[in-house]
Amino acid sequence: MTNALEIRDLHVSIAGSHVLKGITFDVPEGGVTALLGRNGVGKTTTLRAVLGLVARTGDVRVLGTDTRGMATHHIVRLGIGYVPEDRDVFAGLSVAENLRLAERASEPDYDAVYALFPELKTRARQRAGSLSGGQQQMLSIARVLLNGWPLLLVDEPSKGLAPKLVTELAEALERVAASATILLVEQNLAVVARLAQRIVVLDHGDVVHQGATSDLGDALLTQQLLGVAGAS
Amino acid sequence: MSVILSLAFSGIALGAIYFLAASGLSLIYGLMDILNFAHGMFMTLGAYAGWDVASHLPISWGGVWLLVVEIVVSIVGGALAAAITELVLIRPLYGRPLAQVLVTIGLDLAVVALLLGGFGSNSLTLPVPLWTIEASRFGKVILPHADFIAIVAGLIVVVVLEWFLRRTRYGITIRAGVENREMVSALGIDVGRAFTLVFVIGGAMAGLAGLLYSVVFSGDLVSPLQGDSLLIFAFIVVVIGGLGSIRGSAVAGLIVGLVQDFANYYLGTHSGLAEFGNLSVVLLLAVVLEWRPRGLFGRTL
Amino acid sequence: MKSARVGLIVGACATLLAIVLPFIGLHIPWILPGVVDVVNSTGTLDVLALCFVFAGVALGYDVMFGYTGLLSLGVVMHFAAGVYVFDIALTDWHWPVFSALLLTAAVALFLGLVVGAVSLRVSGIAFTMVTLAFAQAFYFLIEDNPHGLTGGDDGLSLLSNRLPAFLSGAVSNTRNLYWVALGFLVVTGVVVWVVTESSTGHVFVAIRDNEQRVEVLGLRPFGFKLAAYTVSSLIASGGGVVYVLLIGTAVPSAVATTTLTLSIVIMVVLGGAASRWGAVAGGILYIYLQQYLVKVAAEPTFASLPAVLRVPLSQPQFLLGALFILFVLFVPGGLAGALLRIRLARARHKTIETTSS
Repeated sequence: MTNALEIRDLHVSIAGSHVLKGITFDVPEGGVTALLGRNGVGKTTTLRAVLGLVARTGDVRVLGTDTRGMATHHIVRLGIGYVPEDRDVFAGLSVAENLRLAERASEPDYDAVYALFPELKTRARQRAGSLSGGQQQMLSIARVLLNGWPLLLVDEPSKGLAPKLVTELAEALERVAASATILLVEQNLAVVARLAQRIVVLDHGDVVHQGATSDLGDALLTQQLLGVAGAS
Repeated sequence: MSVILSLAFSGIALGAIYFLAASGLSLIYGLMDILNFAHGMFMTLGAYAGWDVASHLPISWGGVWLLVVEIVVSIVGGALAAAITELVLIRPLYGRPLAQVLVTIGLDLAVVALLLGGFGSNSLTLPVPLWTIEASRFGKVILPHADFIAIVAGLIVVVVLEWFLRRTRYGITIRAGVENREMVSALGIDVGRAFTLVFVIGGAMAGLAGLLYSVVFSGDLVSPLQGDSLLIFAFIVVVIGGLGSIRGSAVAGLIVGLVQDFANYYLGTHSGLAEFGNLSVVLLLAVVLEWRPRGLFGRTL
Repeated sequence: MKSARVGLIVGACATLLAIVLPFIGLHIPWILPGVVDVVNSTGTLDVLALCFVFAGVALGYDVMFGYTGLLSLGVVMHFAAGVYVFDIALTDWHWPVFSALLLTAAVALFLGLVVGAVSLRVSGIAFTMVTLAFAQAFYFLIEDNPHGLTGGDDGLSLLSNRLPAFLSGAVSNTRNLYWVALGFLVVTGVVVWVVTESSTGHVFVAIRDNEQRVEVLGLRPFGFKLAAYTVSSLIASGGGVVYVLLIGTAVPSAVATTTLTLSIVIMVVLGGAASRWGAVAGGILYIYLQQYLVKVAAEPTFASLPAVLRVPLSQPQFLLGALFILFVLFVPGGLAGALLRIRLARARHKTIETTSS
């Protein structure tokens, strides 16, 4: 089984603070791997480091290619779709413009996008800044779907969404996972249990556990790792 | 009444020139976080380029074509200077915004000195078609043709710029980049190319602004120091309008142009207050900053 | 700390050397071409005095820019204020020197506090713009020649019948003016050293590095920033007074332009921002090079160079601007930064030596 993503001894320092202290893990191709941990342990930083958005030392191989020294836009073009925490849609642009900007493939798959998120079609002219949180999240995911990227980095997509929307979101991601590898950062353990096959747990900048999602069934372990009650 | 109309007209013309200078500065700051001091140099070079080419044309060239050539040359000159600046000096300093600002300061100083050395501090005269110096009478109001040119140029640029930013792929990229540069590159787009483009657009408009300033307000005189004095007003317009906002540059440009014009006229007749026209602009800046530190339009294009 | 002590000793020696310089009649070729190439000649002392003035101004500016992180482009306004208030008091109003000095100090303080307070209402780029705008307004004000006080574009000569004999008049007093300028630099150096070493100075640096953290600690940055601004502007005004004593005339194109502000920024960056001796070195180097280049351009042999070389070389501003660009590109941190890198490299080398032995 090949790995979509291989991380070896990744170190990141931000403003003098040593955030990632040499983490090592793999994301196998296909399915969903969840990156877990308490707030502030370095999950988002890991994703950003993979994308080259922060200075880092260590080895990162994306879809087989060593990305050392590569600029962010080159790394992305290897086949990564990024759904950031807080969505980061361009508020001043319309929905259609946001999507247009994201087009990288020669034939962007608008059909798939509108099939999954029909609202984006009806609201094409609307300013992205005036969308609701849930709609912005849909737009953020739609952006990466256009190009059929093989590897998706998704950062806390359920954050700030009402429970009904979270369910819709999980359904959408499930369908996406059928054709792409997803590295999912998520605090909502119900979503993780539903979507992910593997988990990687960070604590204080180190990897403290790697295994199957079913490990979360062990309440004691979950309490230890995450300080929260396990998913039922 | 006719005085007021005349003043309004020339104020708008001045505003148009400020808009040309300020919008480039605003874009560059909005996208790249750089205070481009070399903008003054782009303006001066635009005027000089226009002068240089025009004075080498055979005498038979007159009328509209002379002006057209000068305008085109000033735009190209400004754009070229900007492209070279961005590629040679700004790019290598990516990630060091203070150093980028400092480098533009050094460039401004150096090039102005070079022009002073080469051409002396005496002003050169732009060859212009006769009708640019003339004016037309509309009832009791006298409107100089040169002002028309500036206003028309400003309008054309506004339309073209709006079209570019709203309709083209690059324009959308730039608008997005002004909001969130990082996310743009996370979508796989080379932001560096957008940087160069924005610099070139800014430089082109600056070159035109420099030339028009000579024609409209400087009596067709071209001097090495004109860019810098215009630059400061351009900066003020940018801050009042809001850094990164084209709309802001347009509105603020108009306001500043009108205020300056009216103040210079009405206060200028009182001895000892002659320069208050310029001071009034500074006062305006202070007032706007007190009331709205982000400028009129904040950070949206 | 060893390096601090070394720095003090070097500084003290340099100061001593500077004090006795006017007595050294050494002939060193090429100090200043076209002038008698003697160390203590009038020409050399004049240039050195000017160097000292701007070294002091640059040092004062560094407190605001290098230490507190405020990029103000209005320092020239305070410099010009020192120049003009002193000049006007002496020449237009015929005040005695001491009163003129007091007035200048009062105005300088007032201006520093008021302009600083207004400008610091905004931060970052807007702050820089506001200071630039104020300085430009001041330039217009001077040029405008309100009530005939400033002499407009032509400037205002310092009428020296109220000046004490030892400061004015003929060539022999160049020496005295030289010592006054040196005195200014030394006093500025002491003041800046005290301020930056004090806890206030440490807050300045904290503000530069992380203003939010300072607020969280319960301190109000505004007061400190204003203090930095005021100190800088007072020093600049002081420099202005010495300047006008030295040069004898106040001309707006020489003392109130944006070009001068930018030159001061360049001086500080060349020497190394947040480095005290760096700012001094930068100021001395810049002015010295500028004067040197002007003299070189006046040499007869120079005129015979082809125009392509002659034109750029005759403009000191061009060479200095180009030098500055090269420094920013290749020597970030200025002279002080370069020296630090050399020191670090040597320390590393020593460590390698000791560990391998």
